[in-house]
Amino acid sequence: MKQVPDTATLIRLQPGAKQIETQGIKWVINPYDEFALEEGLRLKERWGGEVVLVALGPARVEEAIRQGLAMGADRAVHVLTNDAVELDVWLVAQALARVCREEGYDLILTGKQAVDDDQAQVGPLVAVALGLPQVTVVVQLAIDAESRRLRAERELEGAIEVVEAPLPAVVTAQRGLNEPRYPTLPNIMKAKRKEVRTVAWESLGLEAAPLVRIESLSLPPARPAAKILTGDPEEAARELARLLREEAHVI
Amino acid sequence: MTINDFFDLERWLSPEERQIRDAVRQFVEAEVRPHAGRWWQEGRFPSELIGPLGELGVFGPTLPEEYGGAGVSGVAYGLMMQELERGDSGLRSFASVQSGLSMYAIYRYGSERQKAEYLPRMARGEVIGCFGLTEPDAGSDPGAMRTVAHKVAGGYRLHGAKRWITNGNLAQVAVIWAKDDEGVVRGFLVPTNAPGFSAREIHTKASMRMSVTSELYLDQVEVGEEAVLPGAHGLSAPLSCLTQARFGIAFGTVGAALDCLEEALEYAKTRIAFGRPIAATQLVQERVVDMLSRVVAMQLRALQLGRLYDQGALHYPQVSLAKRDNARAALEVARMARELLGGNGISVDYAAMRHLANLETVDTYEGTYEIHTLIVGRALTGENAF
Repeated sequence: MKQVPDTATLIRLQPGAKQIETQGIKWVINPYDEFALEEGLRLKERWGGEVVLVALGPARVEEAIRQGLAMGADRAVHVLTNDAVELDVWLVAQALARVCREEGYDLILTGKQAVDDDQAQVGPLVAVALGLPQVTVVVQLAIDAESRRLRAERELEGAIEVVEAPLPAVVTAQRGLNEPRYPTLPNIMKAKRKEVRTVAWESLGLEAAPLVRIESLSLPPARPAAKILTGDPEEAARELARLLREEAHVI
Repeated sequence: MTINDFFDLERWLSPEERQIRDAVRQFVEAEVRPHAGRWWQEGRFPSELIGPLGELGVFGPTLPEEYGGAGVSGVAYGLMMQELERGDSGLRSFASVQSGLSMYAIYRYGSERQKAEYLPRMARGEVIGCFGLTEPDAGSDPGAMRTVAHKVAGGYRLHGAKRWITNGNLAQVAVIWAKDDEGVVRGFLVPTNAPGFSAREIHTKASMRMSVTSELYLDQVEVGEEAVLPGAHGLSAPLSCLTQARFGIAFGTVGAALDCLEEALEYAKTRIAFGRPIAATQLVQERVVDMLSRVVAMQLRALQLGRLYDQGALHYPQVSLAKRDNARAALEVARMARELLGGNGISVDYAAMRHLANLETVDTYEGTYEIHTLIVGRALTGENAF
């Protein structure tokens, strides 16, 4: 589970910075990870077992973890990083995979991507690191505990693909998989007493340099002002059609 | 520095308080906001939300877990009321009466048996309570109540009428305040299906249309000794319950005002007049800053009130001043929002008019603006001017 800026956040950059300005940001659970957590909770309600939340990031991530525990996760592991560590998706995936290996697993669920950097790589790379089958962009999931297989529907462009895979596996969640529950007040209070194991990044011994580095960050160019057509409706319509054809190239 | 929290008070909230606030906000955004205008217009309380609200934990959240509560802080309780009232004052009233008045009365003045019988079920929303203090001829002066509790063998016989009772027609149990044969105010837990008890909903309201308000009639209603709240002797008992509810109002009104401010600001940024957004005019900027200024003052009052509550250092004149000033400030903010929205402002397609109409009630109930002025005036001068 990743903590990301609320999608309504106004992104600001200092010139030359390789990270966005984090001051004043409202942090939330990555929405796709909420679908993953909800699915885990439903599977637990159906089959029993335990839902362990794994998150990576600085101390502020604790709040997202508590939120996840309040939704109903049983306990959590927080891989605590600091600003000095330069991370890429492969390093993150290796760290998460290491925690998963320590904890043990029947199924690893995560969002199909994080809404901040949109890389959509961590889930698949965790599967690679653990040598597990992966099923991505899942909109429906069924588990057969006896045969230890899963059956999933994946969302493709204009089609649904149905796949099967043996457990354990990595599944990444797409919008539509479920409707995440509200953390209720009794659960919020209970979450305070649930265990959060903190693992210092340094203790994982992942000293390799990142494979991918951010070279620079810049804001998208400001949108050009809209063109407003006025006057006689017939002429305006003709002009609109001309613009759509000759300038926008859409008709 | 956001419009919702200009002075960044969030920094002084605990993680649980933030989570609890956000959970209620999320619920209200999804389940209430899309329908609030229609429900209000139809004069319908969404009773289908009672169960989910109970599950969410908004009824009696400050009570200990053994009674179905969650032992949350007063600030957390206040923030829950804020988020409910962001949806509609009627929704918050429902929760206030259930928690601050009915459940609190039982928790504070009830026997162990009464607490065990009622509180857990009330926390889940399975039993709804109402609070019968006000009468047709006794509002600001509750000591003038005419409802009597005449001692009979094995219990009491209640006779009288109550008016402006929120949840009256929804309730399974009514906390009824009545004078005994010695003229002492006592509290009674009256099942609303008791012979002689009847409730009539008041349908003529132009305010609080999403809330159920009733008249209660007690025609020689007989109750056993087990219906008496053993800890309540005298008017100070119901008044202490009012202090709880007023505390919730000090926070709740912040929610209504925030909703108005947000709506007005959004409107000002997108409404074009004379070729530019009206937000680009000085008059509109002054108006939204005036609204924000009131909202910030309300938030500061409410939060400090909550902190005092949590330290057990709260005095009722402080609650009175906060209820008085926050209800009035919210009313002013709603009125400015309504005005800023122009003709659109009178439609329930927007929230301002609905909040404005609701807040007229909030300004009056749970102690009118004037009564709170006299409570604070007495604390200030040492002179009783009632």
